[in-house]
Amino acid sequence: MTGANHNGLVVDDVSMVFTLPGGGSVHALNNVSLDLKSGELLSVLGPSGCGKTTLLNIIAGFLAPTVGAVFLNGNQVVGPDAERGIVFQQGALFEWLNVRKNISFGPRMAGKPAKETNEKVDHLLNIVGLGDFGDKPVYQLSGGMQQRVALARCLANEPDVILMDEPLGALDALTREKMQGLVLKLWKETGKTIVLITHSVEEALFLGERLIVMAPRPGRIHKEYNLPFAEQGLTQSPRDIKASAEFIEKREEILSMIWEMEEEIMGGMDK
Amino acid sequence: MTDQSNDPNIKLVAAPQETPSALMMWLGMADNSFTRQKTVKFGDPSAVNSGRLWSFVTIILLLLLWWVSTSFGWVKPIYWPSFEAVGSRMTKLLDQGFRNTELWEHVFISVYRVLSGVFFGALVGIPLGFAMGLSSTARGLFDPIVEFMRPIPPLALIPLIILWLGIDETAKITLLFLAALFIMIIAARSGVSGVKISKVHAAYSLGASKFQVLKNVILPNALPEIFTGIRTAMGVCWGTVVAAELVAAEKGVGSMIMIAKNFLQTDTVVIGIIIIGIIGYAIEMIMRMLESWLIPWRGKG
Repeated sequence: MTGANHNGLVVDDVSMVFTLPGGGSVHALNNVSLDLKSGELLSVLGPSGCGKTTLLNIIAGFLAPTVGAVFLNGNQVVGPDAERGIVFQQGALFEWLNVRKNISFGPRMAGKPAKETNEKVDHLLNIVGLGDFGDKPVYQLSGGMQQRVALARCLANEPDVILMDEPLGALDALTREKMQGLVLKLWKETGKTIVLITHSVEEALFLGERLIVMAPRPGRIHKEYNLPFAEQGLTQSPRDIKASAEFIEKREEILSMIWEMEEEIMGGMDK
Repeated sequence: MTDQSNDPNIKLVAAPQETPSALMMWLGMADNSFTRQKTVKFGDPSAVNSGRLWSFVTIILLLLLWWVSTSFGWVKPIYWPSFEAVGSRMTKLLDQGFRNTELWEHVFISVYRVLSGVFFGALVGIPLGFAMGLSSTARGLFDPIVEFMRPIPPLALIPLIILWLGIDETAKITLLFLAALFIMIIAARSGVSGVKISKVHAAYSLGASKFQVLKNVILPNALPEIFTGIRTAMGVCWGTVVAAELVAAEKGVGSMIMIAKNFLQTDTVVIGIIIIGIIGYAIEMIMRMLESWLIPWRGKG
């Protein structure tokens, strides 16, 4: 697979070995390949230490892989860029700026005309349900609202790909469900390619059109699924989908898969 | 009476507690309504109230001790002046000044020296601290100087400064500049180092250039630390200026009390000490107000 001719996001046989400053090394990723068409939503799931965040950091361009390469629309990724937006778990908003200024950060850095940017921000504020909060400092918002700002800030920049690193991980269960609905809605409306890292099996199943389960030591793709739930989620109620037999069956299958991996890791300590 | 007692939907099983008067709470004689509901108070820092009444007791006792000891002649006026002596000296100082210089001018010159020292210290120290936080070369170049100078009290530099620059205004401001400089370097450096990498990553992923990251992320992120540095530098410089004026100066609060001592004017010495305390306190309060006004996001990242 050579990503150079592809449209979309291609992870081409990426391996990552971290050399530790004190000697020794950690084999974080081994021969990971992915091919994402434009507009696909991929969830990445796996036990801690399986290298999913490393993978995301490589796609974002924060880390250079030891072997292999990442291509977006035929261009090799060599560093962070506005074409690949990122939504972190929490604490990546600029607390010295209000909601509006956070959202308009990308366009302002690019020197876009203020009028156009203002209209875009107004539009995004409404989409994420923060219409009245534009002038609030971000630190006065709840965790869920802050993540809405983070989503809007990413969208304001109109990236081709949105990378999400546990974006809902710090939220309470109810807020999390609501935000999952918002992510689906945004995906549908914007048609962006999304890579979502999560360790919630339910979230990965519900949001991922495609789902990869990664295994640790070294981090690699263990199993891949194509799922109908994200598509269903656009029309049906999330509770119905999550309570359906098909959903539950998949959930249990993946949960026991991950449990086994965790057991393997912890095994040495238990016995 | 609480609001609940008027709400027909809430049936109180016990009679509501009598609310103590606002005065009692202000004096610290009664806990606020929230603390009163706590059963664990010992060990809970928020259950300790201002205890203001006792502060008044302390102040009154001290003043009483002062008055009694001086008017009954327990201490000689040369060691500690009487109320009346301090009062009349204060009137005289306000009226005629001290050694041909108005009292406010003595205060003003000391404050002016502190502000100049902190200003130049920040002017040089902040860019240096930034460079040290951002570049290995700058860090390597300046680290030995900063680490060596950091533990040296500014007062230990006075002899050298006098040798080099004499005792004029430049010498004093240089000393205060040095006192502020290393505080500011260290504050700016730790402000830069304290940036969360996710914020930097987010900015780059939003298309920011290196310079834009510096200006729009690293700088504002470091402001709280820088401000703490300025506040600390103000405090240290205030202490240093008084000490420097004790050694050699014509004007300034420090020199005022030193000269007054030579003439055994204990009352002027006491007035000077009180002024030094008040100005130091005022500087701290003003800086705290500025801080909450300028950097409202402090500690909320």
